[in-house]
Amino acid sequence: MSIRRIAIVAIPYLWLLALFLVPFAIVVKISLSDAALAIPPYVPTLDLSAGLEGVKEFFAGLDFENFVFLTEDELYWRAYLSSLKIALLSTALTLLVGYPIAYGMSRAPSEWRPTLMMLVILPFWTSFLIRVYAWIGILSNEGFLNQLLLWSGLITEPLTLLNTNFAVYVGIVYTYLPFMILPIYATLEKLDESLLEAAEDLGCSRLSSFWTVTLPLSRPGVIAGCFLVFIPAIGEFVIPSLLGGSETLMIGKVLWEEFFSNRDWPVASAVAVILLLVLVIPIILFQRNEQKQQEADQ
Amino acid sequence: MTRRFSWFNATSLTLGFAFLYLPMVILVIYSFNASRLVTVWAGFSTKWYGELLRNEAFLKAAWVTLKVALLSSTLATVLGTMAAYALVRAGRFPGRTLFSGMIYAPLVMPEVITGLSLLLLFIAIGLDRGVLTIVLAHTTFSMCYVSVVVSARLVSFDRSLEEAALDLGCTPFDAFRSVTLPIIAPAVISGWLLAFTLSLDDLVIASFTAGPSSTTLPIKIFSAVRLGVSPEINALSSILILIVTVGVVSAALVSKRTILRREAEARKARRQ
Repeated sequence: MSIRRIAIVAIPYLWLLALFLVPFAIVVKISLSDAALAIPPYVPTLDLSAGLEGVKEFFAGLDFENFVFLTEDELYWRAYLSSLKIALLSTALTLLVGYPIAYGMSRAPSEWRPTLMMLVILPFWTSFLIRVYAWIGILSNEGFLNQLLLWSGLITEPLTLLNTNFAVYVGIVYTYLPFMILPIYATLEKLDESLLEAAEDLGCSRLSSFWTVTLPLSRPGVIAGCFLVFIPAIGEFVIPSLLGGSETLMIGKVLWEEFFSNRDWPVASAVAVILLLVLVIPIILFQRNEQKQQEADQ
Repeated sequence: MTRRFSWFNATSLTLGFAFLYLPMVILVIYSFNASRLVTVWAGFSTKWYGELLRNEAFLKAAWVTLKVALLSSTLATVLGTMAAYALVRAGRFPGRTLFSGMIYAPLVMPEVITGLSLLLLFIAIGLDRGVLTIVLAHTTFSMCYVSVVVSARLVSFDRSLEEAALDLGCTPFDAFRSVTLPIIAPAVISGWLLAFTLSLDDLVIASFTAGPSSTTLPIKIFSAVRLGVSPEINALSSILILIVTVGVVSAALVSKRTILRREAEARKARRQ
């Protein structure tokens, strides 16, 4: 191996070790420490000047106290469970909204398709924060939606829509919709037309050929889309903090508040470690699905 | 039988795109509202755009954001392209599994965790928070996106072209510059654009790694929005939406023209 080759591997490798793996090790370490009124606000800190004794003392000071605290305090359990619930339900809603759009795109005349694709991708390039913010103006008490409903006479008093779980669902569906549409569209577009013809020749109605042919064949896209929405939705912070209310309990928000408001770094770190453990399972399942897909394509 | 575009398809597309675009359209319309009460229409006015341009804090934040995005996306493109090369071309090397794990993990890592861990690192090594720390943080997560985009291109790349250049007497560096780089250039450019937008857009990681003097635009917007809707933010959002729209549409038009030209050349070549 030439020096140049070694450099090409070593530079990004060292970068990621220093700025991805080492920081994560620090999070794990601090999650085992205790909060303290000090700078930095936790003990023990590693004192290398004391030599081996210092290292021993450092390890003796670590314990699982914060994790015990997390399991004992009901707030954290509720936050984890409610994050999972919100993520699951909003993934299902995104699928319900996204599938018909992807299906419509795959059926549209082929000269429209590049434009439709661009229209789906465009919001993705627009700031996430702005897209969430747009809903504040729509859902607030004097907002666009309430004014429309009042004007139409459907309601006589404005509905409370903002700062509720409902608004969180709307926000997640809205911002993650492109992630659901694109993989489903990709599988529907590749679908072999002749299979549908065969089904209809054999006497299937359009609806039943959709159920028995199109839907099962689009499964890989549906699965990929669901993971792409579900995984980031669990750790979501911006949407619950802008659209959600006091009832909205999500783990990303808890971590943020634990860190910035309570300044309890050890507990925030422990929350982060558990959040990652919760995510490992869906991530592994997602990778398996992708691998199977790649093998099937070859 | 061709694919039939039914009424159901037409309706779901119309409703779907209305859902995707109406909120942004409403936002832009209300940015021209004369009233400070964002939701009450009081006539057309562009005064909020003027207020925005006079708002020193916003302008300063915009400048910090742009600086961070330019620096981090460029650095991320270099590092990400190297990482893609290492993954696709370097063959086996010790710790390869760990390396590819570290490339893919940040893509699915919740932002709160990435932000928290980097902040704890910067504090542990005593690095003061500021533009530098945001650039380091953004480079780290966006280089992974760049390397995924570039390695997809490298996998489908015909290696014999490079070998031919080497056989004809090119040095490995010349071969890279005159053969490999032009072929992977579209992926490198889209990687850079992706890294640039990710950096412009990021609120969570920047909040953890920014210092008091290095507030970025998303941080500024977030703290303003927490207090409710404001017409200046509507004006600012409209400007950002306009920039993105112009960028994406022109990129699409350019790539369409390139495809058409390539097809025309291919037809000409077949005729000869």
